Amino acid sequence: MENFTPLSALIGGALIGLSAAILWVSAGRVAGISGIVGGLINPAEGDAGWRIAFLIGLLAAPLVYWAAAGRLPSITIGASLPLLLAGGLLVGFGTRMGGGCTSGHGVCGIARLSPRSLVATVVFMAGGFAATFVVRHLVGG
Amino acid sequence: MKPSLASLVAGLLFGLGLVISHMIDPAKVLGFLDLAGSWDPSLAFVMIGAIPVAAIGYRATRGRHAPMLDTRFYGPTRTEVDRTLVIGSALFGVGWGLVGFCPGPALTSLVLGRWQSWVFVAAMLVGMALYRFLDRAGAPFVRRYSTFISPR
Repeated sequence: MENFTPLSALIGGALIGLSAAILWVSAGRVAGISGIVGGLINPAEGDAGWRIAFLIGLLAAPLVYWAAAGRLPSITIGASLPLLLAGGLLVGFGTRMGGGCTSGHGVCGIARLSPRSLVATVVFMAGGFAATFVVRHLVGG
Repeated sequence: MKPSLASLVAGLLFGLGLVISHMIDPAKVLGFLDLAGSWDPSLAFVMIGAIPVAAIGYRATRGRHAPMLDTRFYGPTRTEVDRTLVIGSALFGVGWGLVGFCPGPALTSLVLGRWQSWVFVAAMLVGMALYRFLDRAGAPFVRRYSTFISPR
């Protein structure tokens, strides 16, 4: 557990929760990223603006952080090209089929005490644990 | 204030939350998903930080018929726990564990300019479009996706 960062996790989490609360109270929308993006594929009339605005804010965040902190966030993506393609396809297909992702089910749905979201979260966590185990400990990584 | 401005602010806060919590970093997420490795519980603490704050927002609108900037709520209407929900979530979880990206962090990381982020997001959009196509075509293993259709 040498990489455990509970304080930044709680603070960052609270900001994500605040985002969800603002979007709901002001616009009546759920802050589920896969739903926001998926709804842009053939959007209904008048339904695209708020989605695009949200995504602009989302993508601006690392730049705002850069302006404030003086450095860009550092990330490490270890996956190979085949894993990136397979992972992306599964995440896109699965989140639309399951009606949500980590944000829509994992944060917003659980905050609403939705049984669907609770089940979805347990299932995608289990899938994530299993896939990570296979990639890191069975086929080597 | 227009709904799209509130939405812009919400998107920015969401992205800053991902950056500050380090959830934008796939290595950090995989540290949580790798139970057999040197386990990092940080992701659980992100949820512990997020859920109560979001819950306050959802409770605040109880008894109201409309949000501040629109004429109705667009909340989920489906309540059944079915095969579509479970299979879809399982597929998502496996893809998440292969790379360490879920949709929010993958999109937010695009501006960092790594080719891996762009490949992942492109594949993700193809996956979303593929599900929509199969759903529209009435494929037997997918069911019509019909959330966000009416007020609560």
